[in-house]
Amino acid sequence: MSKKWYDYLWIWTMIYFVLGFFNILFAWLGMIDFLVPLGFAIFGGNKYFCNSYCGRGQLLGKLGSKLSLNRATPKWMRSKWFRYGFLCFFLSMFGNMIFQTYLVGAGATTLQEGIKLFWTFNIPWGWAYSAGTVSDWIAKFSFGFYSLMLTSTLIGLIVMILFKPRTWCVFCPMGCMTQTICKIKNKDDT
Amino acid sequence: MAMKKSYVDKTICVACGVCTKVCPKQAIIIIKGCYAKVDAEHCVGCRKCEKNCPAGCIEVREG
Repeated sequence: MSKKWYDYLWIWTMIYFVLGFFNILFAWLGMIDFLVPLGFAIFGGNKYFCNSYCGRGQLLGKLGSKLSLNRATPKWMRSKWFRYGFLCFFLSMFGNMIFQTYLVGAGATTLQEGIKLFWTFNIPWGWAYSAGTVSDWIAKFSFGFYSLMLTSTLIGLIVMILFKPRTWCVFCPMGCMTQTICKIKNKDDT
Repeated sequence: MAMKKSYVDKTICVACGVCTKVCPKQAIIIIKGCYAKVDAEHCVGCRKCEKNCPAGCIEVREG
C-alpha cells in the first residue's frame, strides 16, 4: 500500500517534544492532538484520528517493531475497569492542571518553571521559557500540558517495550473517550 | 478442512486500527469507530492481525 502524507505524522510527534524542549510555549500545539480526535468522534462518529492520524501511535509502532518484547498485553490492562479508570484518572489530572493554571492566572500561586513527570517528579525546565514573555497562566498551561504529553508518551514507551508496540492504544484516554463517543453516536447501527 | 480466518471479539476491541494497517489483504475495516470487522472472503488467515492486536481481541480459527 502506498504511503500517504499522514503516515509520516510520527515525525510531528518527535518535533513537538523537541520544540517544547527549547520553548515550552510550543506545548500549546499539543491541543491539536486533543481536539482533532474529539472532533472526528463528535462530528464524524469515527476514530479516523486513532486509525490514521495519531503520530504517537505511529511512533510507538515504528519503535516497537525494533524494541518491543511483543508479549501479550496483560488481561487487567485490557479490562474496561482499567481503561475507564485510567481515563478518569487522566481527566482528573487534566482538570487539576487547568485549576493550577487558574490559580497562577488569579495570582494565588507563582509560576514554577518546571515540568512534572508521572504526576510526581518535578524536573526543572526553566531554559525553555523567558519570564514575562507571555502571561503567567499561558506559561503555566504550557508546562502542565507538556508534562501531561511527555508523561503519557513515556508510559506508552514503557508498555511498548514490555508488551506489544501499541499496547498504549488499549488504554489511551483519548482513544477510550472517542470510542465511547462513537459507540453512543452509532449505537443503533453497529 | 475449512480454511482458518480471523475473528474479532468486538466486546474488547478498542478500534485502534492496528489490524487494518498490517493486513496484507486489506480485509479488515473499523466499523464507525467502534470495533474491527474482518471480511471473511478476503481473509487468508495469515495471523498478522492476531499477532499485532494490542487488545488481544483477534483470534484465527476455523469458522
